Amino acid sequence: MNNIVVLPLFIPLILGVSLFFIRKHIRLQQWIAALAALATLAASLMLMGQISSEGIQVLHMGGWEAPYGIPLVADMLAAILVAVASIVTFACLLFAFHFIGEERKNYYVYPLMLILLCGVNGSFLTGDIFNLFVFFEVMLLSSYVLLSLGGGRVQLRETVKYIVINIVASSLFVIAIAYLYSITGTLNLAHIAERVAENGQNGLTTTVSLLLLTVFGLKAGLFLFFWLPGSYSAPSAPIAALFAALLTKVGVYVIIRMFTLIFNHQPQITHTIILWLAALTMILGAIGAIAYWRIKQILAYNVVVSVGFILFGVGVATDASLAGSVFYLVHDMIAKALIFILGGAVVFVAGTDRLREISGLIRYRPILGWLFFLSALALAGVPPLSGFIGKFLILQGGVQAEHYIMAAISLLTSLMVLYSVIKIFINSFWGESLLSEGEQKSSARGTLLPGFLLAALVVGLGLGADIFMPYVDQAVEPLVNPRIYIDAVLS
Amino acid sequence: MEILMTIVAGTLFTSGVYLILSKTLLRIIMGLSLFTHGVHIMLMSINGLKRGAAPLLEEQAASYTDPVPQALILTSIVISFSLTAFSLVLAYRTYKEHGTDDVERLRGQDHE
Repeated sequence: MNNIVVLPLFIPLILGVSLFFIRKHIRLQQWIAALAALATLAASLMLMGQISSEGIQVLHMGGWEAPYGIPLVADMLAAILVAVASIVTFACLLFAFHFIGEERKNYYVYPLMLILLCGVNGSFLTGDIFNLFVFFEVMLLSSYVLLSLGGGRVQLRETVKYIVINIVASSLFVIAIAYLYSITGTLNLAHIAERVAENGQNGLTTTVSLLLLTVFGLKAGLFLFFWLPGSYSAPSAPIAALFAALLTKVGVYVIIRMFTLIFNHQPQITHTIILWLAALTMILGAIGAIAYWRIKQILAYNVVVSVGFILFGVGVATDASLAGSVFYLVHDMIAKALIFILGGAVVFVAGTDRLREISGLIRYRPILGWLFFLSALALAGVPPLSGFIGKFLILQGGVQAEHYIMAAISLLTSLMVLYSVIKIFINSFWGESLLSEGEQKSSARGTLLPGFLLAALVVGLGLGADIFMPYVDQAVEPLVNPRIYIDAVLS
Repeated sequence: MEILMTIVAGTLFTSGVYLILSKTLLRIIMGLSLFTHGVHIMLMSINGLKRGAAPLLEEQAASYTDPVPQALILTSIVISFSLTAFSLVLAYRTYKEHGTDDVERLRGQDHE
């Protein structure tokens, strides 16, 4: 029992709700929101410290012991992701302070961002599959509102699509939970895992696992990503950055959790399907990233590629590839937030996101240009930046397990990703300036603080990988050996 | 009883999917609503409907209904209620902004 486990949900929820009551005081809202993100970060760092010395931390809510109550389970993977989610939310909040329009500021954008963080953290930490559904809905409801906030024509249209797809996916999720409950008679993740391991993963259970894979494939953008580029390019830049960094990653996390903890007995079926879906996702995402000439579209397709890449590591499911997936997941949350923030700033400065109409920005925004270049390299996994280590470990695992075709596909798509982001860099920063006198004054200063914060993390994670690696290794332990997780919850 | 409820759930799924695939926003929302109701009925009936007693346990209860699915659908109904409310408002706003509730005509020129 450890009460700190609940703080990453509790702080953003309580402070987020309290912000609803001070709608008129924007400045005060900004202060409280930033403090809430920092406090969440502090709590999750404390949690990481405790987990690294004492092992997995469990909180049985209301004193009801597992498997009867709902536990919150903080293993190292969940704690790392909670910490990174808080950092990313903090950066997006800083970005939003400068870039979000008046019409959104006045309509609860900050409380909604905090409640989104609460839903994300809850999904990472919960140890109960129905509770996972509830936290998913908390996250999705605030994302619906954030997506439609401002009420532009494109935004409303994209929200309609997004909401229909997500309601159908959530319904399928509930169906899968119902099936799983009728098979195993429990909702506790650890308990389900134990029962599936005892009774063997028969055909029925595997079918349910594939239904869950479909659900989270929809939410994470694994192969079923047709909705993603539209809805991630519709909202304003800070919200798009938050979505790109957090939403799909929660789906990825749940796929990792489900297929390492519960459905790990029939890898020749489930993991093979994950592998092929991941490969298709990478190929299709990379084609999309190359094909478009609009910054927002290109970046949205990059989100898709990285989802495929992380799940390639999950499909291989060796020590090295899982460590790579965890490392790359952390890297990708930071790097995606960074590149969406910088891309949003480019669009803001240039006044358009059509690449053919932007040129020569480096004359007026040199720092923005170099930051963008750095993050482009990080995204493609150029050493010594943080993307490299994750990619290296995943590829190492893939080649050791003799998935040569997949490894080749992922290397090829990395090059295509590099091309797509460098295309943005070359087109928008090089060449003659097209900006007129008035437009040059629109500042990008608000991006520099969150930009430098995240860029420092990208460089730091790359150079300081030795310091970070023990945490990743500890995060991988319960993934490779689910017994550790089960014992921590049920003992 | 369970077989009957399964058929009801299946009918709800079918009509829900049919409505979701139609072109009017209001029908789509109705479809989503029916679809989630189908899910709820399935969830309710999946562990047996009539077990001969209420879901209250005494010391030596001979029979009882499993309370967990009922707790689950209660939560799920609340969530789907709020989602329906939100999507109705969204559909209204979309109709106001675009001047149409036909999804075919919502396709904009903004996308290349």
